[in-house]
Amino acid sequence: MAEFKLPANSVVKKGKTWPAPKGATRTRNFRIYRYDPDTGSNPRWDNFEVDLDDCAPMVLDALIKIKNEVDPSLTFRRSCREGICGSCAMNIGGTNTLACIKAIEDVEGDITISPLPHMEVVKDLVPDLTHFYAQYASVQPWMQTDTVAPQDRERLQSPEDRKKLDGLYECILCASCSTSCPSYWWNGDRYLGPATLLQAYRWVIDSRDEATGDRLDNLEDPFKLYRCHTIMNCTNTCPKGLNPAKAIGSLKQMMLERQ
Amino acid sequence: MSLITPLKKARGLGSAKNGTHHWWMQRVTAIALVPLTLWAAFSVASMAGESYEVVLTYFASPFNVAMFCLFLFTGFYHASLGLQVVIEDYIHNEGLKLGVLIGVKFALVLTGIMSIFAVLRTAFGS
Repeated sequence: MAEFKLPANSVVKKGKTWPAPKGATRTRNFRIYRYDPDTGSNPRWDNFEVDLDDCAPMVLDALIKIKNEVDPSLTFRRSCREGICGSCAMNIGGTNTLACIKAIEDVEGDITISPLPHMEVVKDLVPDLTHFYAQYASVQPWMQTDTVAPQDRERLQSPEDRKKLDGLYECILCASCSTSCPSYWWNGDRYLGPATLLQAYRWVIDSRDEATGDRLDNLEDPFKLYRCHTIMNCTNTCPKGLNPAKAIGSLKQMMLERQ
Repeated sequence: MSLITPLKKARGLGSAKNGTHHWWMQRVTAIALVPLTLWAAFSVASMAGESYEVVLTYFASPFNVAMFCLFLFTGFYHASLGLQVVIEDYIHNEGLKLGVLIGVKFALVLTGIMSIFAVLRTAFGS
């Protein structure tokens, strides 16, 4: 059955509190999920009070400040700090988003930070995305053609056809959408999830790609595609403002068109 | 311990090459049920408190009988498609899933046939 209760060793306990430095006037409390597989103990909520007068504006800035100045064992992924690499996707204030482009002042009250939901946790805020990436690989996200490429130039694409990729090519595979989807939570082993389906659609409608039918063949499955029940959490949460639900809807429409 | 690669796990047993028909039928029956349910509800409400003879007159019309049977068939078909999805979503033990699926579909076919038979019997006035 789908699990609605946390297993005993996943129940999150109360953790440590790190008070703000003396003299700080403008502080915010960061409530952060901590889990260390080496200790064998349950995960915990640690509280870090951060002096905002001594911190840059984004949630990632606060995380880096905490790691640098308070607790170096705090573990999270980050790289570009400008919303293009997708490394720092996590659940902030109940919504999956990128820590680097989420302003601290946009979150009300205590800032609760936990790893992407319903994924196995490697440590603290780092989820195991192995299966997510493998699913992406399974849709063969590269151009496939039988026509030989022109010798003297690139494959041509009209501006109108290029326009069809807008809203799709911007996806950075941060996994915010897939891990916000209840269908992906319950059936992520077989359901491809919104991120992978959006990417699959990106190749299906690429005017230069010639494997359209094979791609649709691979998706035509009660679980791979049709576990999408148009819940729309994916579109709601996408930190890049994309619409995976619409891409999935277009895929279903194409499935019907070719009947 | 399993040493299979993540890609093999992601590909699983491959695509079942179906699902579109199920999805489309669920949408079509959902839309069809809007007018059919309204029609059935108004019909039944308009006969509230009337005698059995009035109901018999109502079911003497082939159109009314056809519409009622269509409403029942579409409703049970839609329920069967929808419950199948719910069961597949939440039951992950393959054996249990198969058992519950067969049980639920059997119950729906049984009650579906019974209700359509009831309408026809009333229509034929026995």
